[in-house]
Amino acid sequence: MMNYASVRSDPPGDPAVRADDLTVVRGPRTVLRGLGFTVPRGQITGLLGPSGCGKSTLIRSIVGTQAKVTGTLEVLGRPAGHPTLRTRIGYVTQAPSVYDDLTVRQNLDYFTSILTPNRSSTDRRQDVDRVLADVDLTSHADALAGNLSGGQRSRVSLAVALLGTPELLVLDEPTVGLDPVLRRDLWNLFHSLAADRGATLLISSHVMDEAERCHRLLLMREGEILADDSPDALRTRTGADTVEAAFLHLVDEATAAAREKETTR
Amino acid sequence: MSTATAPTTTADPAAPRALNLSRTTATAARVLRQLRHDPRTIALMLLVPCVMLVLLRYVFDGSPHTFDNIGASLLGIFPLITMFLVTSIATLRERTSGTLERLLAMPLGKGDLIAGYALAFGTIAIIQSVLATALALWALGLDVTGSPWLLLLVALLDALLGTALGLFVSAFAASEFQAVQFMPAVIFPQLLLCGLFTPRSDMHPVLEAISDVLPMSYAVDGMNEVLKHTDMTATFVRDVLIVAGCALLVLGLGAATLRRRTA
Repeated sequence: MMNYASVRSDPPGDPAVRADDLTVVRGPRTVLRGLGFTVPRGQITGLLGPSGCGKSTLIRSIVGTQAKVTGTLEVLGRPAGHPTLRTRIGYVTQAPSVYDDLTVRQNLDYFTSILTPNRSSTDRRQDVDRVLADVDLTSHADALAGNLSGGQRSRVSLAVALLGTPELLVLDEPTVGLDPVLRRDLWNLFHSLAADRGATLLISSHVMDEAERCHRLLLMREGEILADDSPDALRTRTGADTVEAAFLHLVDEATAAAREKETTR
Repeated sequence: MSTATAPTTTADPAAPRALNLSRTTATAARVLRQLRHDPRTIALMLLVPCVMLVLLRYVFDGSPHTFDNIGASLLGIFPLITMFLVTSIATLRERTSGTLERLLAMPLGKGDLIAGYALAFGTIAIIQSVLATALALWALGLDVTGSPWLLLLVALLDALLGTALGLFVSAFAASEFQAVQFMPAVIFPQLLLCGLFTPRSDMHPVLEAISDVLPMSYAVDGMNEVLKHTDMTATFVRDVLIVAGCALLVLGLGAATLRRRTA
C-alpha cells in the first residue's frame, strides 16, 4: 500500500487515531490483520467496506471495548481504552443502545449524569437540550424510546454520543435505515460538528455513496485496509467515476495479486 | 501497546474511581425510573408475596403454629426470589441491548453499576418486605416473639443476596429463556434444603452438609431465630453476617463478570 502520510495536508498536531500493526483475534478467526493507518483530527473519515469485513471490530478496538487487541493503537494521544479517554470519545453502537423503557430525555439525563457528574444540573440540562436539537428530536423529548421509530431511536443513540462535546466521535453505521432527508440532515450535522466544533468523526458505512461526503476514506475488506485516501485521490488513482467503482477496482486488483501469489507459490 | 504518559498532572477528575456516589445514585434512579414505566411489574413484585401469605394463612387454617414457622421463613424467601428474577432479567437486557457496552465505554465504574442496581432493588425490597411483614403480623396473626425490625433486616439482606445472585447468573444466560430457567436451577435446591419443609437436622447427612453451605439456609434460620427469641441471639447475628457476607461475595463475583473489553 502506498503511504500518503508525508504529502497529505493534515491539520497540524497528532492524528486522532494512529494504528500500527493492529491485529484483533476473535475466537479462532483473525478479524483484523496488521492494520496501519491514521485518522486526522477535525475531519470526517469514512470507514467503508462490505458487511463482515471488520469495521465494527475496528471501531470497538478504538473505543476500547474490544478484547484481544495487539499492536499499537493510539487514540487522542493515549493508548486505546485508557480511562481518561472515556469522556473524550462519543460512541454510537450499530444497534441503538438506549433504554426503551425511558423517555428520550430520561435517557439523556442518565447518560449525562454518568459522563459529567460534577456539572451543575442547569449545565447538564442545556447540554441535553442542545443534543436534542442537534438530532431534531426536541418535539419527541418526552416520548418513550421504545415507542419511537427505528430511525428516531438511532438518533437518540447518536444524541447520547454527542453529550459532553467529545473530541472524537466514533459512529458505527449511524445512517442505516434512515430516509434520504434525514440522512442528508445528519451528514450536515456531521460536517458542522467537524467544521464548527473541531470534532473528529470516524463513521462506518457499507453504503458507498456516503463515501463522497467524507474528507478521508479507509476502505476495508476482509480485515485489511485496501486504501487510505481522500475520495478525489481515490477516484483519480483508479480512474473511476465513483468511490464504489474505485473500491471494486481495488478489490479486483487485490484478488488478482492474491491469485498471482498463489500460482507462483 | 505504546504508552504516551502525560506529564505529571493532578488527578484527572474524569478518571473513574471504583465508586462514585452521584453515578451510583443516578444509576439507581434510572433503574427505578425504568420500573415506574412498568407499573404492572411493580404491582406484581409488591402484591404477589402478600397474596401468597394470605393463601398460606388459610391453607394452614387448622394449625396456626405451622403458619408461624413457614410464614416467617417465606418472609425471607420472597424478597430473594423476586429480586433474583428481576435483577437477572434487567441485567441481561442491559447486556443484550448494548447499553452495558455503552456504559462501560463511559466513565462508569463497575461498582457504580452494581451498587446502583443493589440500591434500586433494595429500595423495592424494603417496600415489599414492609408490606408483607405488616400484613403477616397484623392482619394474618403471625406470632413473632422478636422485633419485626429484625425480620425486616433479614428480608433486606435476602433481597440483596437475590440481587447479587441474579446479577451473577445473568452473565451466563444468553437469552431471557435461560435467565428464567436459572431460577429453578439456583433457587429451588436452596428452597428444598433451607429447612422450610423439614428441619435441616432431619435430612440425610449429605444433604444437611450441602445445606450448611447454601446461603438461603441461614436466611431461614435467621427468620426462625426472630420468631422464637425476644432479643438478638448469637445465632441470629451469625446468620445475618453469613447472608450479608454471601451477598457481598456474589456481588463481587458479579462485578468480575462485567468486562469493559469483550470478544
